[in-house]
Amino acid sequence: MKPAPFDYHRPGSVAEAVETLAATGGKVLAGGQSLVPIMSMRLAAPVALVDINRLPGLSEIEVDGGRVRIGALVRHRQLEQHEAAYAANPLLRRALSQVAHPTIRNRGTTVGSLVHADPAAEMPAVLALLDGSVGVVGKTAGERTIAAADFFVGPLESALQSDDLAVTATFPTPPAGTGSSWIELARRHGDYAMVGVGALVRLVDGAVESARVSLISVGLTPVVVEVTETCAGAPYDRVDWQAAQDAIVAAIEPEGDIHASAQYREHLARVLSARALQQALDDGAAKEAA
Amino acid sequence: MTETPHDITLTLNGTPRRLSVPARRLLSDAIRHDARLTGTHVGCEHGVCGACTVLVDGQPMRSCLMFAVSADGAEITTTEGCTTATGGLGPVQQAFRDCHALQCGFCTPGFITTITAFLETNPDPTEDEAREAIGGNLCRCTGYQNIVAAVLRAAQIQREQSQLQGEQGQPA
Repeated sequence: MKPAPFDYHRPGSVAEAVETLAATGGKVLAGGQSLVPIMSMRLAAPVALVDINRLPGLSEIEVDGGRVRIGALVRHRQLEQHEAAYAANPLLRRALSQVAHPTIRNRGTTVGSLVHADPAAEMPAVLALLDGSVGVVGKTAGERTIAAADFFVGPLESALQSDDLAVTATFPTPPAGTGSSWIELARRHGDYAMVGVGALVRLVDGAVESARVSLISVGLTPVVVEVTETCAGAPYDRVDWQAAQDAIVAAIEPEGDIHASAQYREHLARVLSARALQQALDDGAAKEAA
Repeated sequence: MTETPHDITLTLNGTPRRLSVPARRLLSDAIRHDARLTGTHVGCEHGVCGACTVLVDGQPMRSCLMFAVSADGAEITTTEGCTTATGGLGPVQQAFRDCHALQCGFCTPGFITTITAFLETNPDPTEDEAREAIGGNLCRCTGYQNIVAAVLRAAQIQREQSQLQGEQGQPA
């Protein structure tokens, strides 16, 4: 349970970090809460680590009318407890409170979790649900923004190249009247969820205007399902989620493992989706009433 | 591959320590093997059990999920540092003794550090909050009832101490 040897680099700037990544073929070390156990179990043995923990300017959380933008060194816990971020977009705190345990969240970074692209992780699904994006600086491809829809390529695979550094993530704030929710079920508190669902439901004049969900642990990447067609126009106190549930189950391809069979995951996706949608609806209705 | 040693400084329980470690040295191993502070225990070594939890600049973190070289310059508090100023049992340690909150004791150092930090931010927790606070620490003896009781008892001890200090006109 000890990592294989590697060269350690501690660059002083983003440009130097990207140069070092290109020169060494190494991996980025930020919080390390996924990378270090993978290395300890010898599932990965990078030749070099580029430690970005001392880079200036990457620990900021910016909140304005339209978005919450975080730097690559913002720890999960820092974002979870940020009051302005919560006021702008409560979904962030709701999902972050389910990411592992507080001790892990003290060290792990949200951008690191996005780059790790675990299909069982919460924050990639949240970024996808909100149509967010990741800001990247690369040696080869330069500076650019990658939309969530293009960012999650496969299990543990993002669109980043080996000499790219993700420097920011942007979570757009949903339009007024939108309620949100996050629900997941795990075998043990703090474990990866067997299935998790985030939902956004927007109400306009007491009726459903739009609805979408994002699911984890039911496919190779987070799965976003637009279910507006199944419920648009329904008055908020008389929404039937049956058609939405059918559409969601049709869109996922869960696999079985030691924690849950594929069939059970499908069942969970159906049940939890309706709960998440209803919670988001109630959240939206409460906001409209306020 | 020859491993280059890295010279780092860790402030361990208030005392600066200069260590020379290879890049792959986990913080948990640097604390135990290089600094010879064996109070920090290593259980699962992949971040699940919480036994190795130490305070890094005051915040609980898994020392098995950090490289020592990356913690260069940090202030680290281990269970050995969760004592009173004169080296007696600190409030959380005293509460564990009062409540019989340890059996084999292997998980205890991680609980002590986690609870010490938790009570800094939440000096008067409910039982539910106490349970949530220790949710990331496993006790294979399954002595959780007494550990939860110890969280509440530690909070009580701290309140009594600060009240006493207040009555005696001493700074808390």
